[in-house]
Amino acid sequence: MFAACADPKAIEGLTWLTCYLTSGKHLDFYWSFVTVLALLAITAPTAMALGFGGAMAARSQFAPLRWIGKTYTAMVRGVPDIVYFLFFVIALDQGIEYLNHLRVCEDLSQPVFRGLEFHVCAEAKVPPATAAPFVFQAYGFSLAVITFAIVFGAFVANVIYGAMQAVPRAQLETGEAYGMSHGQVFRRILVPQMWTYALPGLTNLWMILIKATPLLFLLGVKDIVYYARELGGTKTQAYEYPHPDWRLFYFLGLLVFYLAMTKLSEIVLGRISNRLSKGQATAAGEAMRKAAI
Amino acid sequence: MSTCWETFGDYALRSIGIGAKLLPKTDFTLCQQFTLIGSGLIWNVYFGALALLFGFFLANALALARIAHSPWLRKPAEWFVFVFRGSPLFIQFFLAYEMLVMLPRTGINLLGLTIETSWLTRAWAGALIVLFLNTAAYSAEIFYGALRSIPKGDLEAAEAYGITGWTKFRRIQWPTMLRLAWPSYTNEAIFLFQSTTLVFFSGFPAFSQMGDALYYANYFADKTFNPFIPYPIVAFYFVLLTLGVIWLFGRINRYLNRHLPQNTRSRIRLRPQLVR
Repeated sequence: MFAACADPKAIEGLTWLTCYLTSGKHLDFYWSFVTVLALLAITAPTAMALGFGGAMAARSQFAPLRWIGKTYTAMVRGVPDIVYFLFFVIALDQGIEYLNHLRVCEDLSQPVFRGLEFHVCAEAKVPPATAAPFVFQAYGFSLAVITFAIVFGAFVANVIYGAMQAVPRAQLETGEAYGMSHGQVFRRILVPQMWTYALPGLTNLWMILIKATPLLFLLGVKDIVYYARELGGTKTQAYEYPHPDWRLFYFLGLLVFYLAMTKLSEIVLGRISNRLSKGQATAAGEAMRKAAI
Repeated sequence: MSTCWETFGDYALRSIGIGAKLLPKTDFTLCQQFTLIGSGLIWNVYFGALALLFGFFLANALALARIAHSPWLRKPAEWFVFVFRGSPLFIQFFLAYEMLVMLPRTGINLLGLTIETSWLTRAWAGALIVLFLNTAAYSAEIFYGALRSIPKGDLEAAEAYGITGWTKFRRIQWPTMLRLAWPSYTNEAIFLFQSTTLVFFSGFPAFSQMGDALYYANYFADKTFNPFIPYPIVAFYFVLLTLGVIWLFGRINRYLNRHLPQNTRSRIRLRPQLVR
């Protein structure tokens, strides 16, 4: 990157460290932090949308829709989440390949599931075997995002469903007394009022989502854990920057990253919670009212 | 093709190294999957039960330190809880493994005695230590919250009867704390059992293919390219395990609440949890 870095073996001390930390592999490492943040930025709104939809479905008057909503919210209880992560990614992958198989393959005489094994013809592979490595990365990342969104959506649905139930009935009745329709009560009263009850649960989920991001590594995406292991491992003299096993320091760096994310979220969400509690008929709102007097 | 009974004999204790040496390579049967994944569950139970048992004591100490007035006690406890609750368990496993590997191979020489260290890098010890510290941090937070929500009236009543100091703690505060914390603690226990599946997916290697339930499920999914059988089997076993934990903790909850009238007892409500 810098001119001084042309011959890494000749330099030492601080210059060596600067050169080391700006090597090509390290820039990839820094980009992988962006991958993690991108995952958070995409998953959080998607999971919110799915969760909101799930909660609305669970409250629906129309029975089949209600069953779907209830099943979705009940799905994630009691089973280790990591099972879902491993399961969904392969299931999604195979689902897509199976549909593709029906579409493009000529020889459909062989069953796709032979015994306990799964076979599709070569043309049906997604992405095609000839695709660039970047396509494989992007495909893996999108599968991961979809999986995260589905699993977290179920959790969000649980929280929002509870929050909708927690809005005092009297507030909704007041709306009805003013002649609002069902939809108007929902839009103008239930949804705005629900957030103060949903926020503690959503805060919790956000913290959990942050801590779930290393699972990207298990899903085969080249994320920060992957690079920390790659870069930290012992480098012999054959490498440009030889060094002993430094994985411990890389993982310490990751630990600090996560702790900083947690602390930052705590501060920001604390502010939002204060803002939302203003004027609410809850203990927090009451405490604020008393403090103001 | 062997009968299911033979398969059971071969693989029921495979995860702790008893039985057939080689894992099945071809012609996977449902019976093999059920037996082997069930055998892996031994490890999940081992990690979960021991970490909970040891963690309980440390969590009590940490909760007391957190509520202490002296900053010398309070600050370290707060930091401990923040570090273990604020970072992914996954990273903690990696970090612990790297740290334990760095210990001198030959053992530490202490006053002429050589203390072996290599066993610490094995999953049965290293991962257990991480899980123990982790669950202690989470439980400490629960116990701390419970300590703070003991009704003021209870403490005043104790003092009015002349119960103070250690006696007050032992007879009033601690039992009440336990009773208030128990429903949340049950959830923590379930959550811990579920996180034991992370052990062999991070840092700690599985020696001669002796792994936990998820390790074997992953093995089958990799070999057969079919996730629809092994993962639901894991899910099935974990639902059973969760039911077992709920039953056991429910019994303890009943015991803790035995002096209260039926309608004021706190009930255990299962709350969904995710990754930690």
